[in-house]
Amino acid sequence: MNRSLRPLLATVVIFAIAYAAAVMQFPALFSTRVLGNFLTDNAFLGIAAVGMTVVIISGGIDLSVGAVIGFTGVLVAVLVTWLGVHPLLAFAIAFVVAAAFGAAMGLVIHYLEVPAFIVTLAGMFLARGGASVITQDSVPIDHPFYKMITSLYFRLPGGGRLTFLGLTMIAVFIIGAILVHRTRFGSYVYALGGNTTSASLMGVPVARTTILIYMLSSVLACLAGIVFSLYTSAGYPLAAVGVELDAIGAVVIGGTLLTGGYGFVFGTFVGVMLLGLVQTYIIFDGTLSSWWTKIVIGFLLFLFIVLQRLVFAASAQGDKAPGRA
Amino acid sequence: MNRMALRNVVNTQTVALVGVLLLNWVLFPGFFRIEWQDGRLFGSLIDVLNRGAPVAILAIGMTPVIATKGVDLSVGAVMAMAGAVAASLVVAGYPAWIAVSGALALGLACGIWNGILVALLDIQPIIATLVLMVAGRGIAQLVTEGSIVTFSDPTLVFIGTGSFLGFPMPVVIAFALMVLVTLAVRKTAIGLFIEAVGVNRSAATLAGIRSRLLLIVVYSISGLCAATAGIIVAGDIRGADANNAGLWLELDAILAAVIGGASLLGGRFSIPMSVVGALIIQAMNTGILVSGFPPEFNLVVKAGMITLILMIQSPLAGHILGWFGRGKRGAA
Amino acid sequence: MRASGAAMSIGKLGRSAVGESAFRMEARGVSKVFGAHRALDHVDFGLLPGEVHALLGENGAGKSTLIKILTGAYQPDGGEILVDGAPVVLNSPLHAQTFGIGTVYQEVNLLPNRSVAENLFLGHQPTRFGLVDRRRMERESRGLLARYGLDIDPGSELGLHSVAVQQIVAIARAVQLSGKVLILDEPTASLDRDEVRRLFEVIANLKREGLAIVFITHFLDQVFALADRVTILRNGKLVDTCRLDALTRTELVRKMLGKDISFSGSTSLKTERPTTEVLLNFENFGRRRSVRPFNLTVHKGEVIGVAGLLGSGRTEMARIMFGIDPADEGRATMKGAPVGLRSATEAIALGFGFCPEDRKADGILGELSVRENIVIALQGKLGWFRALNRDEQLDLAGQFGEAMDIRAASLDMPVKLLSGGNQQKVILARWLATDPAFLILDEPTRGIDVGAHAEIVRTINRLRDDGMALLVISSEIDEVVAYSSRVVVMRDREMVAELRGEDINPGVIVQAIATHGETAHHEAAT
Repeated sequence: MNRSLRPLLATVVIFAIAYAAAVMQFPALFSTRVLGNFLTDNAFLGIAAVGMTVVIISGGIDLSVGAVIGFTGVLVAVLVTWLGVHPLLAFAIAFVVAAAFGAAMGLVIHYLEVPAFIVTLAGMFLARGGASVITQDSVPIDHPFYKMITSLYFRLPGGGRLTFLGLTMIAVFIIGAILVHRTRFGSYVYALGGNTTSASLMGVPVARTTILIYMLSSVLACLAGIVFSLYTSAGYPLAAVGVELDAIGAVVIGGTLLTGGYGFVFGTFVGVMLLGLVQTYIIFDGTLSSWWTKIVIGFLLFLFIVLQRLVFAASAQGDKAPGRA
Repeated sequence: MNRMALRNVVNTQTVALVGVLLLNWVLFPGFFRIEWQDGRLFGSLIDVLNRGAPVAILAIGMTPVIATKGVDLSVGAVMAMAGAVAASLVVAGYPAWIAVSGALALGLACGIWNGILVALLDIQPIIATLVLMVAGRGIAQLVTEGSIVTFSDPTLVFIGTGSFLGFPMPVVIAFALMVLVTLAVRKTAIGLFIEAVGVNRSAATLAGIRSRLLLIVVYSISGLCAATAGIIVAGDIRGADANNAGLWLELDAILAAVIGGASLLGGRFSIPMSVVGALIIQAMNTGILVSGFPPEFNLVVKAGMITLILMIQSPLAGHILGWFGRGKRGAA
Repeated sequence: MRASGAAMSIGKLGRSAVGESAFRMEARGVSKVFGAHRALDHVDFGLLPGEVHALLGENGAGKSTLIKILTGAYQPDGGEILVDGAPVVLNSPLHAQTFGIGTVYQEVNLLPNRSVAENLFLGHQPTRFGLVDRRRMERESRGLLARYGLDIDPGSELGLHSVAVQQIVAIARAVQLSGKVLILDEPTASLDRDEVRRLFEVIANLKREGLAIVFITHFLDQVFALADRVTILRNGKLVDTCRLDALTRTELVRKMLGKDISFSGSTSLKTERPTTEVLLNFENFGRRRSVRPFNLTVHKGEVIGVAGLLGSGRTEMARIMFGIDPADEGRATMKGAPVGLRSATEAIALGFGFCPEDRKADGILGELSVRENIVIALQGKLGWFRALNRDEQLDLAGQFGEAMDIRAASLDMPVKLLSGGNQQKVILARWLATDPAFLILDEPTRGIDVGAHAEIVRTINRLRDDGMALLVISSEIDEVVAYSSRVVVMRDREMVAELRGEDINPGVIVQAIATHGETAHHEAAT
């Protein structure tokens, strides 16, 4: 079996077991209502995690994701509520700003040869600081368009709702999967994560690909910010603090190698759902508190980092000792 | 020659610090006024030192880590955990010295854990320390059971808010740690070995340095420093706030070390210069506050600073400077 | 000149081959200078279609520089490159590809994390509606691989295949994208015998199809088995280009090592010292997949020379002795007592020292000062807490720096600013400061200037006279002869000869290196 599938398989098995165990304890968890809420509640995280998946497969990391979500929320809220701009135009402006922001980070990472984590860290400061400079408070968004969007949903059998936000996330996952697994750009992303020297010798446009990767991550974080603002009907500069860590957690738990080169968009989906399950379980339980989420994420992160190390180290050794049979 | 180089470095960072302080003075004429009240010093300058102490302490631990070509992202979370442990222990009725020892032991354990992941399992430092960065805050909340644990233990409160010889305790502790760690690395061979491992781990190992053990020790020091900072912050607010204690401070500590001249690619380091770096960050912080900007504006300034320093340190800048240098030599 | 003569001798090219245009690719008088070091000095190189042309030379001979110029990774400082008779400028390996020049490196420069098919087609994947047409890509890959006799799943991960298969995939990609010239840079370095045979079939087929192939290797057997012509470089200069059928193995080794002298009379000048005090004894000492078990006794006050071509196991032998790659077989004793040698730290504690072959990667601490580079090993031996203070460091560095005649403007300048020869002296000084009983030097005189060279040879002699035991690995046969009281010869990761007394002369050594012995096998694994 393809060894890079092993961590993904582990994730799916863990999710299945965890979900089954949770349902045994709380049968109410097994309903379309809960599943629908899963999607809606985690829509912004899922969308941001798709961007993070691409970044991590390419061997990088993007710590600015949460800050971009916060910034986008504030920008959209200010444009809509204070300046009376139509939300769609506000979204377009936000996308342009985010794309430029991501491109700038990609430029610095490639041309200044600075580690991605420190560049995106500066990006995080910039976005958070920028949002806070615009406003310190939560700016409510009260616009008919917002009301319309948030009231859109399909009714699922069993009383669940598949909301517009949940659908958006699913669409992003599908488009992201096609982009990563079925296009030349996707193959370049894997090439960068595998070996940059080889990639450039094989004709991969390294600079362009790097810039596009960080643009994509910021644009998706921007979309996540829009979704978050639809979800909360407000923009708040300190919204989504630490979401980058949740996104990284979901990506790694989903079987993507943190050092790059291997990974699946679908795995990230399972990772996000697993995190959602932990949160939902905690809410259902009532006695456990939300901090357990972080401990569980941290534990899973550790488990998968070590698991991947073992899987890939073992295979690498197998490479070096051929024909012993 | 080395002494001259050292003097140059001192100049860059201290000039920057003096510059920022002067700017503060322009914005706020009373900036340099220091008063003596109730047996301790008061004033904006003292305030900068006091508020800068936690980051300075983190930077003292972070600097050797960065010098080995590593990074410790978990220090903020370790701060939160240490504060939570200390607070919970005194609230549970244990004496302060047990609370402090418990918090320090936890910091040491976290450091050893990170060190083992990096040195023995050969996991990239960013990734290895990310685990505790994510889980640590959760563990801190587990300890405090999700609430802010407040206490009034006089010793812990004294560590956070007391004074010694007129100086606030955090400043005294930071200064003592700076001297202690500097002596510990410079009066032994540890400092040289850290730089050797950071510059070329393979060559250092071939020259007989036990690089794995060294890495574990370095991450342990970072954990201990983070725990110390955590105790101070908890003592300062008379409580452990698992959510906010040390939040984003890992980034400030990295920035302080980098301002202090440490390269993220490993190699030379100076702990006193990193402390100066921490003070520069705090002085800017104060300056932004006194000039009426929202405190978050600070983040924007920090982002600008990181970018500037990265540009100066980057290989590209080296190439460009090299070009200029060559051009000059050619002309001469 | 030489080249056109050789061209004529390739029979099947016939009359049209006479003249320059016969070359598919040609380098005329190319030079390359790095700082003060002349890596290539007016080298001519001509490559014919339908030939396998071996490029030989020891490390530092200029092989890799020439290859990098041919593939566009370096620009020559002098001379020109011609493809099909027309001068070209190759900006990058990618650019060279557009002229039909493809390269396969020793460390396969593909993506082990991706599928075989994607590695064949990356950047040129067939698409349908903008999406990669994976089915077509894998179908075409299957056809392509079949031509190379590979029956593997094109969808499988490349990294899971053996290095040999990866090499063939790399060749397939290069040929498919380039198609005129194929440069193989040590493709066989990590292959076993069957894999080499398989690779050779592929290369022979490509040759028949008219491809011009440059083949770089350290294994002389392979040169004779595969190549039509050979070009030998030494110290950046062209030694010779000639047909292989006109050459014996001994002649070839002689050309590589620069031994054009008569082989009879030049025995070692010095008389063998009566060294009876045994310092070290290695019994059946070896490591799987590294060096076959060997026996060696080291006496005080003697220099043991290690001769052998690159890749013969000479460096591996040193690494085992020094505990970097600990032995998994046999035992070692020092003055009769068994010793472990599980790590460098352990070896150093016993009084070992090791100057590695790759100065930059394993030797110098570039950013640190000359002083720190000299004291580091002694400080490592003293441990963490018995620190040498600055004055002691300066004393030591001054003393050993002077003993080695290190030319540095200051002991506090970064060592990376020194010349190669001075850096080598710094590393020697580093070990001398630890007062070692046994010093291993791996190619101590490679790539350094004449003055430093002489200084290092003098030092080796002086240390031996002072009673130290040394093991010196070198491809400079004259040198080995001059200072060794015994010479061990490595070939195919095995110690094949131990020469003493009268036998220590260049003729016997070259013969021992070159001999196509019956004992030479590639299965070091078993």
